[in-house]
Amino acid sequence: MKNRKLLALFALLGALSLVAAACGSDDDGGGATSASGGGGASGAADCSDEFGCVEIAAGDPIQLASLLSITGDTASLGTDSNHGVELAIDYLDDAFDGTPGQLLGHDVTLQQEDDGCSAEGGQAGATALAANPDIVAVIGTSCSSAALGVADTILGDKGVLLFSPSNTNPGLTSEEAHQPFYARTAHNDKIQGAIVADFVFNKLKIDSAATINDESPYADGLAQAFRDNFEALGGTITDTEQVNSSDTDLGPVFTNIASTNPGVVYGPNFNPVCALSYSQGSDILAKGTVQIGSDGCLESSFLDTVGDPIADYDYYASSPDVTAYQGGDFYKNEYLPAYTDQFGKPTSVFNAHAYDATNVLFDAIESVAVDDGSGNLTISRTALRDAVFATSGYQGLTGTITCTPLGDCATDVTIGVFQYNNWPVEGGVDPTDPVFSETKTLADVI
Amino acid sequence: MATVTGQRAPGSQLGLLERLPWRKIILVVLSALILLVVVVGSYKTLTLPADERYTATTWKNFVTLGLAQGAIIALIALGYTLVYGILRMINFAHGEVFMFGAYTSFFFSDAWEQSGFLDSNPWLSMALLIVIAMIASMIVALLLERIAYRPLRNAPRLVPLITAIGASLFLSNTARGFFGAQSRGYGVPDVLSGSWTILGVEVNRIQLVVLITVIVAVVALSLFVSRTTTGKSMRAVAADSEIASLMGIKVDRVIVITFAIGGLLAGIAAVLFSITFESVSFSMGFRPGIAAFTAAVLGGIGSIYGAALGGVLLGLLQSVGPALVLTGYGIPSSFQLKDAFTFLVLVLVLIFRPGGLLGSGEAEKV
Repeated sequence: MKNRKLLALFALLGALSLVAAACGSDDDGGGATSASGGGGASGAADCSDEFGCVEIAAGDPIQLASLLSITGDTASLGTDSNHGVELAIDYLDDAFDGTPGQLLGHDVTLQQEDDGCSAEGGQAGATALAANPDIVAVIGTSCSSAALGVADTILGDKGVLLFSPSNTNPGLTSEEAHQPFYARTAHNDKIQGAIVADFVFNKLKIDSAATINDESPYADGLAQAFRDNFEALGGTITDTEQVNSSDTDLGPVFTNIASTNPGVVYGPNFNPVCALSYSQGSDILAKGTVQIGSDGCLESSFLDTVGDPIADYDYYASSPDVTAYQGGDFYKNEYLPAYTDQFGKPTSVFNAHAYDATNVLFDAIESVAVDDGSGNLTISRTALRDAVFATSGYQGLTGTITCTPLGDCATDVTIGVFQYNNWPVEGGVDPTDPVFSETKTLADVI
Repeated sequence: MATVTGQRAPGSQLGLLERLPWRKIILVVLSALILLVVVVGSYKTLTLPADERYTATTWKNFVTLGLAQGAIIALIALGYTLVYGILRMINFAHGEVFMFGAYTSFFFSDAWEQSGFLDSNPWLSMALLIVIAMIASMIVALLLERIAYRPLRNAPRLVPLITAIGASLFLSNTARGFFGAQSRGYGVPDVLSGSWTILGVEVNRIQLVVLITVIVAVVALSLFVSRTTTGKSMRAVAADSEIASLMGIKVDRVIVITFAIGGLLAGIAAVLFSITFESVSFSMGFRPGIAAFTAAVLGGIGSIYGAALGGVLLGLLQSVGPALVLTGYGIPSSFQLKDAFTFLVLVLVLIFRPGGLLGSGEAEKV
């Protein structure tokens, strides 16, 4: 008797929760209704394609979302990019005053999701966002592993634009794997790998290197780009090693690397593997061996874990060169002070890319949104995508933004190599200028 | 129903093919193949051309790294084996007991590093950190026993197992909530960085300290269990808890002491692990926990020396294994396969000695 009552209770609860779920997701039926014609930016919006339009009623906000790495070891990466987006929303009223402005008479809200810096996180976050038809576009992801084949596909299938401020894996914009609704303002890692190879071979004058990367597409792609370009310059790769991003014991791997006597160990990973590589690797490698990390390492969590530079062992990390930003005066005198005022010192460099991505997005929204005269907006997803991809010669903080059909929007990429611990992030010691800086375009590299 | 036409009756002689112990034959052949792969690989590695060969120093490094890592795993494995011996239950949450000890000692280590106390009194700070970690781990272990395991003393075997897994998840996520998801750097006093030269051989300081500490701990534990009255009670309860309680031994008290000892050992391991790998994080208990469980099973679950042996063996397998066997075959990034290698060895050992290396030779059902 008691069991039956319990069963009935659970059945009732289950039924109620199903009903609640069905009623809860009642939205304004945004879907694929065609817009009324009228005085919009470019005539009537075409909502008849498979992706339809986003309808924003007068008084409702334009909903943006971000899918960035905001928890865990890479939290400094994603939180920093979120701040870039928030500053772009702030500057809609042409002033960094802490009060957000409006776009086309509508407020702009930002729903922040976590990409977990992994495929699982990217899938969970992207699925949650794709299910919401009011999201106009998503700024994300932080880590290439969350985007490649995961978030870019899930969101692309619904026609939601995914605009990344910090994905750098070459595969994301390759012929074979590029998704039509994906673009990025971050550089393509083929360029970063080539510039670091140049630094090692021509500046440090070291001709033997070993690489160690984790299982993420980001690390794998970057290590490969470095190897290709380093060997093309005439260098030798003495060893290639792979570890797991969750490994803490790097002793045996470094012992193996040390036995091949490389002059440089290139470890383009994320933290904590970067930090552990430096501290554990220095106990094992021969004195004077240089270790180099990449933009995934250049975060304040590295500085927290390692502390002071280790004597006899230099560590460098490559990253977009913030000092060479063409944004110049505006970056130094308005953007950076505003960031520091509102959020403290930046913990990563990609906030500027996020700022640029958001502004390119805003420009695109302005050009394709159709206003029916009473403040209701209709934005065709395909038109928005086309407008973003048509961006050409846009002067952003990080340089000139011209998007290629495959989604690479950073044309001239300046990568700097920064010596530890003069890093341009929270905890870094001044002067934070790079020891090496070079500009290349995709056509220059392998 | 035998007939003269030669049809076989049920229950009569089996043919030759059916009499052969196929399972055993396949196992033996497979094992021989794997052994062949290992031997050939090792031979190839050792006979590589001189410039590609590992130097003696590199081998020494592999071995000492493996020993040090294995020693730490052995300490954690002792916790598993003690609890199993008494309760016939695998305490999957032991990895989290270890983690809490490490994190608690981290706060003190961090504070002392910033105030300079760590460097001015390194041995004292190390000793204090170990004591602090021991206390923290012990508390967590005792709470586990009281809240999660005692109510299930008479439940079917599977129930405490699931509870242990649940407790492990609960504890690691609680730590995440308390301390944050980022990993933190663990300070190492200057006197412990670098190496000493002993008898002309360069020995890494931390590794030596780890080895000595673990040897002392294992010997102390073994003496405790074999010489003291409490140790005798523990052995009695492990042999047969019903009879032991009839003889007047307080079984509950013995179980509590067992968990406490497991916690103390995990606390020591926690500090040693943290200074070896220089970081702590909320999820640091998971992999060492699995490794320690594997080590305990490999060496013979329920046996103290088995757990110690299993731990050291596991450490050596993970460190020397890929280097020795896989390098010869020219496999790139051979250390990626270290887990595959280790567990293959585990499976092989269990096929031939289901109770583990130092076990009784019979399968123990968990």
